[in-house]
Amino acid sequence: MEFGPYLMLAALEGAVTAAVLALMAAGLSLVFGVMRVVNVAHGEFYMLGAVLAFVVAGMAGGGALGFVAALVAVPLIVGALAVAADVTVLKRVGYDPERTIVATIGILYILQQVTLMGYGPDARPVAAPFNQRIALPWVEWGAGGPSLYWPWGLSITSYKLFVIGAAVVVLAGLWVLMTRTRIGLVMRATQLDRETAQAFGIPVERVYALVFGLGAGLAALAGVLIVPIQQAHYLMGGDALLLSFIVVIIGGLGSLPGTLIAALLIGLSDGILSVFFSPTLAKIVATLLVALVLVFRPQGLMGKAPR
Amino acid sequence: MNARILALHGGLLALLLALHFLLPVYHHGNLARIMVLACYAIGYNLLFGYTGLLSLGHAMFFAAGMYGMGMPLYHLGLGAELAFLAGIAAAGGLALVVGLLALRTVGVAFMIVTLMFSQAFYLAILLAVRWTRGDEGLVLAGADRVLFGLDLTDPDIRYLLALGLFALCLSAALWLVRRPFGRVLVAIRENPERAELLGYDIFRHKLAAVVLSGLFSGAAGAAYGLMFGYVGASFAEVHFSIFPLLWVLLGGAGTVIGPFFGVLFMFYLIDISSGLTPAYMLVAGVALVLLTLFAPQGLVGEVRRRWLRWLP
Repeated sequence: MEFGPYLMLAALEGAVTAAVLALMAAGLSLVFGVMRVVNVAHGEFYMLGAVLAFVVAGMAGGGALGFVAALVAVPLIVGALAVAADVTVLKRVGYDPERTIVATIGILYILQQVTLMGYGPDARPVAAPFNQRIALPWVEWGAGGPSLYWPWGLSITSYKLFVIGAAVVVLAGLWVLMTRTRIGLVMRATQLDRETAQAFGIPVERVYALVFGLGAGLAALAGVLIVPIQQAHYLMGGDALLLSFIVVIIGGLGSLPGTLIAALLIGLSDGILSVFFSPTLAKIVATLLVALVLVFRPQGLMGKAPR
Repeated sequence: MNARILALHGGLLALLLALHFLLPVYHHGNLARIMVLACYAIGYNLLFGYTGLLSLGHAMFFAAGMYGMGMPLYHLGLGAELAFLAGIAAAGGLALVVGLLALRTVGVAFMIVTLMFSQAFYLAILLAVRWTRGDEGLVLAGADRVLFGLDLTDPDIRYLLALGLFALCLSAALWLVRRPFGRVLVAIRENPERAELLGYDIFRHKLAAVVLSGLFSGAAGAAYGLMFGYVGASFAEVHFSIFPLLWVLLGGAGTVIGPFFGVLFMFYLIDISSGLTPAYMLVAGVALVLLTLFAPQGLVGEVRRRWLRWLP
């Protein structure tokens, strides 16, 4: 294959990664933006989404119906679980940033170990509801002007296109929710000034529980969407957490548009970087870069400097 | 120094010496490990408990001490004494570099930056398979593990040396936190703005705390590798950064003897629970959540709050 089609293939795969990453990072960013706490257990909600997708799809009889059932039910289940964690633990440590990190590390261990005990150490797939291969054309400039041809291997499945589309729809929905609805207004008010919001009669604790559940639900949705492409495994949360941390930090903590741009950047460059470097070296470079971005530009690339 | 403080800490060391002659073999071996890990926890506590800086990347200092000791010993045939010093120096150097960079951030960003550096360090160990042997790690030959003519494969010598190292770390920590330097660290923890207003150079004090903490952790790592003959990448994983946090929280942050009791309690909690269930991480997770909820001050911290106000 020539370089051009190869790059396009890498970019398409990167776009799928970016779509899933954007969903997950949007959840993390939302929680950080509104509640000002870092949820270390976020990766486990993603893992739980994938694992529960396997369970729910199995219970609903598999096939397309099973997948749809998982897509609807799993984010709700995980969201409810997160709300329960918020009310029983986070609320009681008073959303203190450091104690919340310690508590969510504890929740991470609990979720991981319970999954290991209930689901086992195996990686398991869920069948995609539809999975046609779509060959893609490439333009070639020959003697008689540009012409289209179909290079061997340049293709994408309809399911991957669906993942990209679904992520775009959900993120657009999230944006509408945050900017055009009453709930979004309440969330943004809480984000700007917790005390004043409370003084105006906003039930801040309920907003926090809702935001935490919404964030976890987004991660779980990302998990459900990825299962037909990657299998569900109880340790899959760690890498995903690291990547979404990277996205949220580079995009600027708490900024949704920044998160989206960073997800595209990281998703695309991840596909292309791992072509040129060994995966371990690529990870080291990415990790160090993020640390240095935080050191020298703590507000992120798109974030505003703190007032 | 206050007599009762001296009596308490000296008493603990004397008790540990007495246990050397009393304990059955299994617990004797456990306690040697616990004392070395307690040195790591003491180092972590210096930064977290006294200076108020929560690092999520201390495994890199522990592992730097371990690999800084193990690699020259394994590849260059350096004597155990020099290799031990090389390990401590490696950890101190790494702590200086990490401190210079990471201390530009505060709060949550500091945690994430240390976490990222530590992750990069762990991945680097995996990448340099030629020298570190990656996941497998280095197994140190018994013949190399001789410190000043003392054979470290002998459990009795191991216990006494672990006790010696622990005594050294405990008294160094006690001395440090009771000096003006230690008081300034506490002032920085309680109110950095006021400490700065009083004319203290906050950055330098924090940097000194990071380096000291790195040295303690590196010494523990080097000693652990030397005593138990294994240098492995698993000691650089995220879990091994979480453990000292857990130990210190459990034992009591900002107390000198707290870290030891934290390690002791956690070690036996996992030891006993892993006999009942393979899910020891579940125990660790539940312990963390319960701790943040009900005993933010830890065991010794709770004792200090209720009865012994004078505890350093």
